[in-house]
Amino acid sequence: MAQVFHRSLNSISRFGIVGGAILAAGVALGLAAAYRSSLVTQVNISRAQPVPFSHKHHVNGLGLDCRYCHTSVESSPFAGIPPTQICMNCHSQIWSDSPMLEPVRKSFRTGEPLHWTRINDVPDFVYFNHSIHVHKGIGCETCHGRVDRMPLTWKANPLYMKWCLACHRAPEEYVRPREEVFTMGWKPAEDQDLLGARLVKEYHIQKLTHCSVCHR
Amino acid sequence: MVVGKSESFTATLQEAPLIEPGHSYASMTEKISDIVLTKPHPRSWAIVFLTGLSLLMLMLYAVLYLFIRGIGIWGINVPVGWGFAIINLVWWIGIGHAGTLISAILLLLHQDWRTSINRFAEAMTLFAVACAGLFPILHTGRPWLVYYLIPYPDTLGLWPQFRSPLVWDVFAISTYASVSLLFWYVGLLPDLATMRDRAKNRFARVIYGLFALGWRGSARHWHRHQVASLLLAGLATPLVVSVHTVVSWDFAMSIIPGWHATIFPPYFVAGAIYAGFAMVMTLVIPIRHWYGLQDFITIRHIENMAKITLATGLIVCYGYLMEAFMAWYSANPYEQFMMHNRQFGPYAPVYWTLIFCNGVVIQALWFKKVRTNVKILFGISLIVGVGMWLERYIIVVTSLHRDFLPSSWGMYAGTFWDYATFLGSIGLFLTLLMLFVRFVPMISGFELRELWWKLNRSAKDEASDKAAA
Repeated sequence: MAQVFHRSLNSISRFGIVGGAILAAGVALGLAAAYRSSLVTQVNISRAQPVPFSHKHHVNGLGLDCRYCHTSVESSPFAGIPPTQICMNCHSQIWSDSPMLEPVRKSFRTGEPLHWTRINDVPDFVYFNHSIHVHKGIGCETCHGRVDRMPLTWKANPLYMKWCLACHRAPEEYVRPREEVFTMGWKPAEDQDLLGARLVKEYHIQKLTHCSVCHR
Repeated sequence: MVVGKSESFTATLQEAPLIEPGHSYASMTEKISDIVLTKPHPRSWAIVFLTGLSLLMLMLYAVLYLFIRGIGIWGINVPVGWGFAIINLVWWIGIGHAGTLISAILLLLHQDWRTSINRFAEAMTLFAVACAGLFPILHTGRPWLVYYLIPYPDTLGLWPQFRSPLVWDVFAISTYASVSLLFWYVGLLPDLATMRDRAKNRFARVIYGLFALGWRGSARHWHRHQVASLLLAGLATPLVVSVHTVVSWDFAMSIIPGWHATIFPPYFVAGAIYAGFAMVMTLVIPIRHWYGLQDFITIRHIENMAKITLATGLIVCYGYLMEAFMAWYSANPYEQFMMHNRQFGPYAPVYWTLIFCNGVVIQALWFKKVRTNVKILFGISLIVGVGMWLERYIIVVTSLHRDFLPSSWGMYAGTFWDYATFLGSIGLFLTLLMLFVRFVPMISGFELRELWWKLNRSAKDEASDKAAA
């Protein structure tokens, strides 16, 4: 009786078994790596905006406070995207005929807000409140990175749950004095271990890690 | 089926043989492989297959609607948050246990009578575990997120709650499924090679050949095969006890009256083996009749299974008695109320039906006449299946529906979708089983030949011993 398979199938199947295992592991690792990379998270990737607004210029160059534009950050869940009128406070006077700012003037004339491309967005099933974080001594920089160095804005952190939990599980590693919340590039004057422990106590910071803190 | 004159005659005088006389290696191999390769399948096969397939379609319909609407379509709500899904999980996973007991423990104990039924029982285990595994996945409500149950390096920073028996369940059942599959497949290898060699059709030869993994039957192959089988049997043996123990912990680790009992693990394990053997009988009795396998699955096999069913059934009855006794002895008003409510409350008819099925009916198995009458046995094994399902129903529902707070009391009943999913899982089981019977040799041919050799050799040895003396 003739053989059903050619003898080369012996080697093929051996390689197939080992290769299949390696391939499966490779695919799993590849997917995991991709999910953590900028490809998916968009971290460190600046995106086009209707007006090429530079935080670097406005914060670092001009010294504007975060709250000048993001007015509701201390009192509301949402930090607030400035209305065109805030831009026009200055730009009705300076660069008032720059072609780059034409969309801003158009928005001012027509009353239709600028359609900014959102960079930092948590999913809708996550409840996030800016004001409580600001009041408990979490700096803007902790989540948003060195905004004062961003010519165009990019995401500084992936906003994955694991990343949120890193701080919620150990707030003492990230907390800073309230008066330094809006400072960019703040460095603790003393050991963060000591400072953090003291501020956690002083600000009554709890390690809130149960599900319904964020998923309400 | 008709019990042959000779069969009942030998049964009454002496133990029936494990293989009816008049067989040779060739005739046994031929009979087993011809079922798959050449013989036309009986009409009963087609009827069961189509029934199973229709029920499976019903399940697909029910599951589709479940995915669209969520688990609100089921009867579960506060206070009975666990319903059919858990009942069916426990029922199915229990049924699987007989297969593992037959294949692993009876192998290690050198019980020759396991040989003709182990392949079949292991297949039953696999299919029962497949049915069981569906229910917790559907019960999560978001089945596409079921991988959350597995600890893997995620971006959520979450880890399963290892203090929860529900997580232990995930490990117990997945381990059980993989070991059972491996054991079954390793046991199949020599027979798949036989099928490859006997198949006339080129396509069948290639398919069987691929699955036979190049088995040539060399001495080295046989040696490795034996070592692997023994190792897997050793691995599977603790699972017979551990899997249903973990399942029972889903209940026993809680503080709900009627669940929080140390007797639960042994009581569940016995119940599992009991239900499993009943299921093997339910399946083996008609199939052996359809395919004329009375030569290999003799009345002795059937009787032995009936004996194990009786023994484990009595342990289960002891469990029922102890539950009632401990409720009284604990002097705990909640436990006592639970037991009283179970026996005389709104679900009392279910409880007494269960006691009738599992406590009264099986007493018939004390009689050899009953144990060797396949028609009655078939009926009893069906009743046992029903009884074990009702047992889980009673455990889940009666403890939950009367909460500690009377203001939270409620009633539970399955909806159409509950029944559709449950019947559908039976459909899945039957479909898989009929496909197995159709495409895989349902009796282990090589083990049967080995057993034949063992039985005949000992007869010869005895003769030569006598001659020498």
